[in-house]
Amino acid sequence: MEKKTKIDAIDGKQEIVITREFELPLNLLFKAHIEPELVEQWMGNKVLKMESKPHGSYQFETKDAQGNILFRANGVIHELVPNTRITRTFEMENTPFPVQLEFLEFTELADDRSKLTMHVIYKSVEDRDMILQMPFAAGINMAHNQLEKIMGELI
Amino acid sequence: MNLRRDVFQAIADPTRRAILLLLATQSMTAGVIASNFDTARPTVSKHLQILTACELLKQEQQGREIYYHLNADKMKEIADFIEPFRKLWDDRFNKLESLMKNYKST
Repeated sequence: MEKKTKIDAIDGKQEIVITREFELPLNLLFKAHIEPELVEQWMGNKVLKMESKPHGSYQFETKDAQGNILFRANGVIHELVPNTRITRTFEMENTPFPVQLEFLEFTELADDRSKLTMHVIYKSVEDRDMILQMPFAAGINMAHNQLEKIMGELI
Repeated sequence: MNLRRDVFQAIADPTRRAILLLLATQSMTAGVIASNFDTARPTVSKHLQILTACELLKQEQQGREIYYHLNADKMKEIADFIEPFRKLWDDRFNKLESLMKNYKST
């Protein structure tokens, strides 16, 4: 299978770069990142709040079938230039992981093709490696069966 | 022995993943770990045994207590340790793509 999503993680650096090309016009790729009802559908968690504007904030949550909160994350949007750029923080609540800084760049490749470059800066090299080693930390926000499916594919 | 397979089987269990997460930044005794779960203590012990057996956790004797801590080197040693993280994002982005393709056509 072709690897569509690419991750560059240079050893010993406290950052990663996630890149992905989409068969979508630039405006739709951007829209999928700023409209809460769309974000909910592909991120796999409930969006409690999403103010898509500079100095706006957002909060994600996932509950299990019994209503227990499995995951909560929040952040602040520092910069938002339509169809160009989003700069924001991301922090998982009630976990040992510190806040991270994310630079999202949206680029048009053709009328119906676009690219997302996500540059993520962590507090330290150790924090970065920990989060990369434990995708389920970020993945707790997914429904359990979905997570099982992903983890199951690794076996 | 296929160590890689064992390790991924070890982390396929949600309780064991939660244990690894709990120990991400600090070491704890079995008792303290168990107090974080509703699961019966012997069940948590069993999980700790499995995680220790595949070297994801290390035990350290401090006085009368045994502390468990994460063996970060071991997790990194697993071939291509970034792959699960990449897959997580790939899955999300695949969904985004099909979602917005439909959005376009409606």
